[in-house]
Amino acid sequence: MLPLQQGPGHLAENVMHFGRVLRAAGMPVGSDRIQLALQALRVAGLQGRRDFHAVLSACLLGRIEHRELFDQAFELFWRDPDLEGRMRALLLPKVQARDAPQPAAENRRLAEALFPPRPQELPPPPPPAQEFELDATLTFSAREQLQKADFETMSADEWRQAQRLLAQLRVAFEPLRTRRGKRANHPGRPDWRATLQTMARHGGELWNLRWRQPRTRPPPIVVLADISGSMSRYSRMLLHFAHLLGHADAQVESFVFGTRLTRTTRLLKSRDPDIAVAEVVRAVDDWSGGTRITACLREFNRRWARRVLSGNATVLLITDGLESGEVGELTFEMQRLHKSCRELVWLNPLLRFAGFQPRAAGIRSMLPHVDRFMPAHNLESLGELVAVLARGTRARPRARGKRLP
Amino acid sequence: MSEIPQSIDDTAARLLEHDYVADRQLATVVYLALKLQRPLFLEGEPGTGKTEIARTLARLLDRELIRLQCYEGLDLNSAAYEWNYGRQMMEIRLAEKEGIGREALAAELFGERFLNKRALLQAIDPARALPPVLLIDELDRADEPFEAFLLEVLSDFQITIPELGTVKAATPPIVVLTSNRTREIHDAVKRRCLYHWVEFPDAARELQILQRRVPGVADDLARQVVAFVQRLREIELYKLPGIAETIEWTRALMQLDAFVLDPRVVQDTLGVLLKYQDDIARVQGSEAARIVEHARTAAARG
Repeated sequence: MLPLQQGPGHLAENVMHFGRVLRAAGMPVGSDRIQLALQALRVAGLQGRRDFHAVLSACLLGRIEHRELFDQAFELFWRDPDLEGRMRALLLPKVQARDAPQPAAENRRLAEALFPPRPQELPPPPPPAQEFELDATLTFSAREQLQKADFETMSADEWRQAQRLLAQLRVAFEPLRTRRGKRANHPGRPDWRATLQTMARHGGELWNLRWRQPRTRPPPIVVLADISGSMSRYSRMLLHFAHLLGHADAQVESFVFGTRLTRTTRLLKSRDPDIAVAEVVRAVDDWSGGTRITACLREFNRRWARRVLSGNATVLLITDGLESGEVGELTFEMQRLHKSCRELVWLNPLLRFAGFQPRAAGIRSMLPHVDRFMPAHNLESLGELVAVLARGTRARPRARGKRLP
Repeated sequence: MSEIPQSIDDTAARLLEHDYVADRQLATVVYLALKLQRPLFLEGEPGTGKTEIARTLARLLDRELIRLQCYEGLDLNSAAYEWNYGRQMMEIRLAEKEGIGREALAAELFGERFLNKRALLQAIDPARALPPVLLIDELDRADEPFEAFLLEVLSDFQITIPELGTVKAATPPIVVLTSNRTREIHDAVKRRCLYHWVEFPDAARELQILQRRVPGVADDLARQVVAFVQRLREIELYKLPGIAETIEWTRALMQLDAFVLDPRVVQDTLGVLLKYQDDIARVQGSEAARIVEHARTAAARG
């Protein structure tokens, strides 16, 4: 690499190692960024540590969430007088792991990046159990039964089969019109550029007029899943469902909440639904714990709504709505959520009981602010949900414009 | 006065000359962006002065400011270039009259004469003597396909027009991108830029900004306003007031001949500062009175 030789003293090397530490801690720091940082350091004319910090953060940082991690790494990395020793330690993880002093680990991810665990400590992951079962094992009537079986009372075997059936669900979405265009075969808006190109090719003859039409895309979907004790199995299946939607080219953001709200969008990106959902379960500490619906909705509204809802999202909220505390606040937060999305669908497994009446105060205060209230306790109900998403028969009147055919 | 600043200190000083009070971190990033000829990507809450940096830079370097406001569905035709179809049509008719051959016509019809240049193409026009400041404002409002198109502009400062060829800037323009972060911008865009998160300023800096931006503001009032707003930012509000709101509010208070804050005048003008009914309802009444009280004592302490 070119700037290495030109850097002042060992600085270039250290910056490179610093970049590697950040990368190991999970920040996307490519070698181009490091080169940029070295370039910047050469022109910046540093006056002390603060400038140094400013230059590195401008070049190596990409999003605000990473700043805290960056600052901690910066402190740790550039404070240590025994930088060389540490560097050696970093490069030779086997030698240092035992006797090197462990830092006061501000952050587990960072500590792991600075002092990578010895490789032999990690047992090789067990090979995933492969099952070659044919779908034909399920007779028609068994399928029917499975469709209606409650997720909560399923045996492990049934659960697996239900997952497989879920994965086969064909998902379609109501097309939303965007402001972007594409070529069309039928008359609509004229495409002047294409028309004139053909005219030019044919010596000025108006050969045929070309057309454009608006492009469509599926509405973004936001899943908010309650993972408290009573809900965990349903939510688990819903996460599988969210994974399915995400891989059927809708833009899906997912969050889970129990006592606190966790964003799980990134974790659900893995191609394999089992791995993806297992990742979520592992990352969340409050799985199957208690629930604080109001607090979590408030946090969603305050921190995330503006970033992920963008005015036309469909929100799937899955919870039983059994909030114990004060419900006035809950009404307020539900109202806000309702106002900032295109459609709010409440999936409540309690609807599995035939004679369900919304008696609980929490449910009663949430109900007026949802567009749809649907069950989500078995495959059949999820199938209905898919149908609803595809039809786009909206519960809320459209503000303006025509519906697409 | 159109050379780029010589150091970080120089950058800060010259921004200040043009009434932009930048903190050290921001001055560093701006200096680097100018020196390394990299686009500057500014993210932050609305009303923290992101757009203003581009304006100030244009004034400071005595360059033209070309502004591209993003919106959903923003496409090449409105961002970079469009063919002048009317003139092309006319050219075809004329060619028929004069009997110009097909080949010649086809070559002629998509020449530079028939090109309408929009913001991006204007900014990288090789004919320019001095590169302009290109402000791509609120990029988060545009959709992803537009971001993808920007990649070529941001990394190579060039635009490829299929019918014409590649247009490349003689000297790269100074590019400032801003985002309010209503959605995440793709990493590919950020990678090509220097990143800076614009914070709300601390009390001292906000006071300095206020004195620069609202000339003639009474010292007492400015101090109280700053203390009030700073306090407000600590409360759990849906939308925190930015510096732009602070400045607007101070102007409003001066229009109402207020020399100090009192609960009544605050009550009447809260709408300038807070833009959500829920937030206003939350602060109104006794809460406002309490914050005013707090602001007064804080201002008196200095």
